Amino acid sequence: MKVSFFSTCLVDLMTPKVGIAMVEVLVRLGCEIDYPASQVCCGQPAYNSGYLEDSKLAMKNMMLAFESSDYVVGPSGSCVAMFHEYPKIFKGDPEWELKAVTLKEKSYEFTQFIVKVLGITDVGASLDGTATYHRSCHMTRLLGEKETPFQLLEHVKGLHMEPLKNSDNCCGFGGTFSVKMPDISEQMVDEKSSCIIDTEADILISADMGCLLNIGGRLFRKGEPVKIMHIAEVLNHQNPVIAKGGSQS
Amino acid sequence: MSLQTDKRDFSERTTDGLGDSFMRNAVGSAQDSLKTRRLSAATALGDWEQWRTAGQQIRQHTLQNLDYYLEQLAGNIEKKGGHIYFAATKEEASSYIRDVIVQKQAKKIVKSKSMVTEEIDLNHVLIEAGCELIETDLGEYILQMDDWDPPSHIVAPALHKDRRQIQRVFAEKLGYTDDESPEKLARFARKVLRQKFLEAEVGITGCNFAVANLGAINLVTNEGNGDLTAAIPKTHIAVMGMERIVPTLAEMEVLDNLLCRSAVGQKLTSYITVMGPSAAGDTDGPEEFHLVVVDNGRSDILGSEFNEALQCIRCGACLNVCPVYRHIGGHAYGSIYPGPIGAVITPLLGGYDDFKELPFASSLCAACTDVCPVRIPLHEQLIRHRQNIVKENRTGSMERFQMKAVGRLLSSPALFGKTLRFAHPASRLMSKHGRIVRGPELIRGWIGSRDLSQPVKQQDSFRAWLDKRKGESGQ
Repeated sequence: MKVSFFSTCLVDLMTPKVGIAMVEVLVRLGCEIDYPASQVCCGQPAYNSGYLEDSKLAMKNMMLAFESSDYVVGPSGSCVAMFHEYPKIFKGDPEWELKAVTLKEKSYEFTQFIVKVLGITDVGASLDGTATYHRSCHMTRLLGEKETPFQLLEHVKGLHMEPLKNSDNCCGFGGTFSVKMPDISEQMVDEKSSCIIDTEADILISADMGCLLNIGGRLFRKGEPVKIMHIAEVLNHQNPVIAKGGSQS
Repeated sequence: MSLQTDKRDFSERTTDGLGDSFMRNAVGSAQDSLKTRRLSAATALGDWEQWRTAGQQIRQHTLQNLDYYLEQLAGNIEKKGGHIYFAATKEEASSYIRDVIVQKQAKKIVKSKSMVTEEIDLNHVLIEAGCELIETDLGEYILQMDDWDPPSHIVAPALHKDRRQIQRVFAEKLGYTDDESPEKLARFARKVLRQKFLEAEVGITGCNFAVANLGAINLVTNEGNGDLTAAIPKTHIAVMGMERIVPTLAEMEVLDNLLCRSAVGQKLTSYITVMGPSAAGDTDGPEEFHLVVVDNGRSDILGSEFNEALQCIRCGACLNVCPVYRHIGGHAYGSIYPGPIGAVITPLLGGYDDFKELPFASSLCAACTDVCPVRIPLHEQLIRHRQNIVKENRTGSMERFQMKAVGRLLSSPALFGKTLRFAHPASRLMSKHGRIVRGPELIRGWIGSRDLSQPVKQQDSFRAWLDKRKGESGQ
């Protein structure tokens, strides 16, 4: 199956390891990866700030970049949810409406694609540790995808999941909200961080780099040792298996 | 009080809210418990999503046929001997009410909580006319006693206060001498208020929904104060926003179910009453009934891109889940309508000059949209406001310039490629130990409380890895 990889500008600029992990998992699951190099950003930051016309440029670029793709898969529920907004934004535009609908219909968030399209819930990953999961608002509410990350994490050998208190509450990132209203955002991420610390988990997992950047940045500033992992990194992780007798296989 | 409760800058109001740890604890724990209660009350009803759809359809149908139902309502009220008055502005509404009261030579007024009477500045007008006016909703009564502290929540106006603060207010203003137990405080207030009900010449209430085919209004309260306000004084004046109307009792039943469950997590509240002009031969109820239908900007919203905001049934559920409201509290919105719905309707009723920051006070997490019992797409309406604010050039010129530049950059593969190459070397000047420590205005607030890594080097980038992988696999 040919899959077009949607890397997101955040992965491009800040966290290449997430993109790499995702590609490796998908290849292992039998996908052939295609990378349309002209892709840039889904347009969400400008769109959510009210700059409709400026954001449309980025959106049009994305519709063209993925025009010949069968499936478009990205490591961010939020950015994929933005693709799903395109039909509303370009409604009534004869040149772009159909392209917007087509892109929406073939776009999937990474875990959603594995579970719903590939039909796989066990990717053969293993990771020893205790983790908690941060649901991102855009993935759960706008994209409407709540279950697939948990279905996959359930099958990661050695991983113990702790529930997160108030897991539905936003972490305060909200794209430009966090730079426009940093004081309010700081209080939101602080409360989120405290809930994470209370779980005593070693690892914080999420399917959205934006949230992880925000929460991770706060945890790091507070000197908290919680490790931040994108779910692609977790699913790409394989502990060396210790065979009976102690030798590594 | 009018729509605007605080004329200071949004940032000053926010700083106050963020600094009020008592209020934040009160709001946070109220949100947490209301969330659980709402969920269980919603689940108990069966398919909640179907109920929401029904609520949305009822509200949309009524709004689409508003003129028809208002006319029907007016006809039925007049037929039953009541008076109906359509007020185009808040001044018209409050003057009409004042004139009725002056004509009656009434001095003692009891009021049951009503947001729209706050909106039309009624208390101020009546006090100026020499009336003694008492708020009878326990929360509103506390606020009135506390020198008219503004409400901070649509349903629970004194949510920002705790029992100790209330005890202090009652002790200072009313000579209360007992402890801070809620039962004792409530019993004390009830005793004072009971006398006020008996003495009042005019009772003023809000209206949850007017029922068009009955020529009646529906009141939903937990304390029975609305019923006493309407039933004991000789004259009852009800005030409603123009859009708060249902065709028949059947639709009212659906909306009351959605309202009570969404607002306070109850199946129904203690008192759900349908009332209006008394019929001949009735042994109780007021002798005279007036219904004031307030437009005050609503006609402009009707049929506009914000039409769905008029679906609101004032349950406050969006406030109860909003993470921003949770931390800044209701007063920071500077409006009698706080929270997500307030951020949508306040700028519509009060204009962008005073309220242009409100639509930006949201992380667009969509918790409000998700919880709204009549499916108002609240977060989308906030984006629509932002678009209008940008269109009207009300954002700073620096921001506009940056957004234009970023817009171009993020739509151009060539420009973005260059950025990827230069992001790391450029960020070196602003970084220390791989973390960005200095930066333009745009990110200063962010890095004040959070660490931000430098962008990666070109050779470590994802695209470089892909190229290498392609080379190795020969693809």
